[in-house]
Amino acid sequence: MKKIFTLITFSFLLLILINNSVLADNKISKVDSISKNLRCLICQGQSVYDSQSEFAISVKDLIKKKIEEGNSDNDIYEYLKNKYGNWIMYEPELDKKTLLLWILPLILFVFGGLLIFKKAFINYNKNV
Amino acid sequence: MKFKKLNLVLILLITILVFFALYLGMKKQNLYTTDHIVNKKMPNLISTELFTGEEKNLSKLVAKEKFTILNIWASWCAPCRSEHKHLITLSSNNNSKIVGLNYKDKIENAKSFISELGNPYDHILLDKKGFISIDIGAYGVPETYVIDNTNNKIIKKYLGPIDEFILEEIINILNS
Repeated sequence: MKKIFTLITFSFLLLILINNSVLADNKISKVDSISKNLRCLICQGQSVYDSQSEFAISVKDLIKKKIEEGNSDNDIYEYLKNKYGNWIMYEPELDKKTLLLWILPLILFVFGGLLIFKKAFINYNKNV
Repeated sequence: MKFKKLNLVLILLITILVFFALYLGMKKQNLYTTDHIVNKKMPNLISTELFTGEEKNLSKLVAKEKFTILNIWASWCAPCRSEHKHLITLSSNNNSKIVGLNYKDKIENAKSFISELGNPYDHILLDKKGFISIDIGAYGVPETYVIDNTNNKIIKKYLGPIDEFILEEIINILNS
């Protein structure tokens, strides 16, 4: 009976330990994924994730704190955009200024597709 | 023939579009500026005071003066040393209070920095983790903000150390 009780207690503790480490890993990976999309403003060319500057370290700590407080990714991005402007974001949002940036690859893709299709169509007609 | 003409026009159009996009991208200055901070409300800043260890609220500390000069500094920051003499000059102005925000520093080091170079600050608040600075929109040291206390709005933000030109500009604002 004592053995069974010890086994149950041990399994329970092991379960808590595993669960805690999984949760901690999730939190760290969430901090990483958010900070990878943020520009380090004092070390241009580096993301907040890559940088070891005091600013980047503070931002990473703040992201962790905000996650613990229950904020979503979007809440954190919005908070930082409010403080530093859109420039802090690596991925630009779709708005008036970035419309061309988002549409241009699509136009090139459609145009390229049309060219290939046309070429194939002409070749097919020739063969027929 | 018709296809070829259409192709040529399309290629030409796309090329013009690509060059136009590149031109717009090159024209845009991708540098961090302080423009978006100006005219923004100063967030409510509550922190521990360096010398007394008491919790203080920035808006209550500076309520009587017309302007607040908020200076973010640290003992480990070399440019903070060079601007310190200008802060001492500013401390004699009667229209403002100077509040220092000590950024990610050791308390002993901060105190010895002040005792060595003099204390231009009316109050020094601590930002141990750098979260208060992020809340203000700052990203390093030194940084200086001029705040209009009548509407609690940021009038000016200076990145880097205060020099003679900035000092003159701040004095002009304070005397306006």
